Amino acid sequence: MQQQFQHQVTYIRKQEGWRAINFRELIRYKDLLIFLTIRGIKAKYAQSILGVSWAVIQPLFSTLIFTVVFGRLAKIDSNGAPYFLFSFVALVPWTFFANTLTESSNSLVANASMISKVYFPRLVLPLSAVFSKGVDFLIGILLLAVFLVVYRQVPSWEIVLIPWLVLVLLMTSLGIGMILSAMAVQYRDVKHAMTFAVQLLMYVAPVVYPTTNVPEKWVLLYSLNPMVGVIEGFRAIFIHTIDFPYTWLIQGTVVSVILLVFGLFYFKKMERVFADVA
Amino acid sequence: MGSIIRGFTSPLRNLRNIRNLARLDGEDENIFWAIRDINFEVHQGEVLGIIGHNGAGKSTLLKILSQITEPSEGEVIIRGRVSSLLEVGTGFHPELTGRENVYMNGTILGMTKKEIDQKFEEIVEFSGVQKHIDTPVKFYSSGMKVRLGFAVAAHLEPDILIIDEVLAVGDAEFQKKCLGKMEDVAKQGRTVLFVSHNLNSVLNLCSRSILLGKGVVLIDSDSKSVVDFYLKNKETFKANEANVDDYLKSIYFSEISGSPKTEFSFDEDIVLNISFHNIENRSKLGLAVFDDFERKVFIDIFQVTSVRTKTAVKALIPKSVLTPGKYNVTLSIMNPYDKVYWLKNDLVTFQISKLSSKYEKINYDCGVINMNIKWEML
Repeated sequence: MQQQFQHQVTYIRKQEGWRAINFRELIRYKDLLIFLTIRGIKAKYAQSILGVSWAVIQPLFSTLIFTVVFGRLAKIDSNGAPYFLFSFVALVPWTFFANTLTESSNSLVANASMISKVYFPRLVLPLSAVFSKGVDFLIGILLLAVFLVVYRQVPSWEIVLIPWLVLVLLMTSLGIGMILSAMAVQYRDVKHAMTFAVQLLMYVAPVVYPTTNVPEKWVLLYSLNPMVGVIEGFRAIFIHTIDFPYTWLIQGTVVSVILLVFGLFYFKKMERVFADVA
Repeated sequence: MGSIIRGFTSPLRNLRNIRNLARLDGEDENIFWAIRDINFEVHQGEVLGIIGHNGAGKSTLLKILSQITEPSEGEVIIRGRVSSLLEVGTGFHPELTGRENVYMNGTILGMTKKEIDQKFEEIVEFSGVQKHIDTPVKFYSSGMKVRLGFAVAAHLEPDILIIDEVLAVGDAEFQKKCLGKMEDVAKQGRTVLFVSHNLNSVLNLCSRSILLGKGVVLIDSDSKSVVDFYLKNKETFKANEANVDDYLKSIYFSEISGSPKTEFSFDEDIVLNISFHNIENRSKLGLAVFDDFERKVFIDIFQVTSVRTKTAVKALIPKSVLTPGKYNVTLSIMNPYDKVYWLKNDLVTFQISKLSSKYEKINYDCGVINMNIKWEML
């Protein structure tokens, strides 16, 4: 039997105001995070004929539609790159971002029964929602590599900065994901709003058009959206439409850090009422 | 329905209402304290039973102890790793296999992958679903799911185990197996908090018990005296909380002629008389009758009409249906849309005596209802 002094001590009392996330506890529950992530991936493609191929088909079809509608019919400028490649490069990070928002905003509500029956760090739910989308993202990157070979594009040296782009992408997704998931527990309106909000967001990010089409005086405001730096960064590296957008990316990094920190605190603040209102 | 339309007409008021779902404002009179001023200590290796009638605050206490809800005031200090079992099979996903769900459920309950790896064979054997462990859980019978869920839970090795009445599931044989497993856990020197309606298992498993009533600890002593006290005083602390109320004026049982009484013979009609101070037109009355083992025997709903002149209701419970024993009545009032706004558990009791040709000489449990079976020799 264990000795008294080896026991961890837990204090349960009313917590007020803003608190930091208990990361130590989160690490103790890392296996739960891993299994929830696996559950998310497996459950999504279970009992479907094409399985993981859907991760390829989804962005591919969007790209084809965009190429026809925006590239051919509307003749939107693609900074000289083939429009197909231009929109696909943007859709890889964008699909990840959009799916992550939908998935994580729903993660707490969908697991309400778990929340009201067992204690575990609630943060693992939106975290696993984001991570389980990582597989689709990796598949997207592989597909992109194939297209780059087909189109004979050689990435620029800034490819070493990819981890930076992915980090900004992750922080933004996680930050907004945490805020939305915590809000959705109490206000089910979030779920209804998500459907068109994600679409709307796509048009305020340079997915179907280049940032150079944005009027000069709005660019500063526009590039506060972290996805601008990420998407244009991907384009600069893989299809050389513009020079690597350091300014936009630095701005985006700052905003994404703010989103992440605020998300963590907001989530923690709301966490204590989850079981009561879920 | 009302609140759905209000979302369209006055979203701001809706916002305020929803915000208030999770808010407590000072000493509001309308605050209902599910539990308050509870003080007790449990020592290492002790098996503590927690009993009390419906609505006494048992589940709230468990939810606070297992960190699911946060207390509005007060403090709990826990030394050691806690696992709480308020449900079996939490987090099971129908599309995943039994194997994957064991890992899923185990990690939710706080185990690490390594711990589950070590106990996996044991868990599967205990559950008895070896053959189907690699089949998606959606093809399992509900019994198999429960068994697998309990098997995971039974192999937790926390310092402190908190258990709600999870044993109320599964077939009799499996329940027995579970009780056995819990005795083992208790014998291993772990601290166990066991909440139950089943007084027998409390007596068997727990050395000490506390009795909760209306959110406070009524007594805290060895299980035998607590259970005795509970059984002896069941009636009294039920009677105390009844009757005086904004809605209810009086409630009593009588015979058909109207003279009050609480003990009826088996072949005698039973009349429940209820009168109200005020009750809105088209409200609905919900009547639920429980037997002495707290099993729900039947329910009935009655819609109140034109109450301006009449504020009393009479309900006739037909004779020769309920078997001899004690019965408790729970009453609720709902609005026309079935939303309960007033509810009292164990409001009044009545008894059916054995004085009848059918039951006079019977000494065993004769079930809940009398069935007039037509027997025939062929």
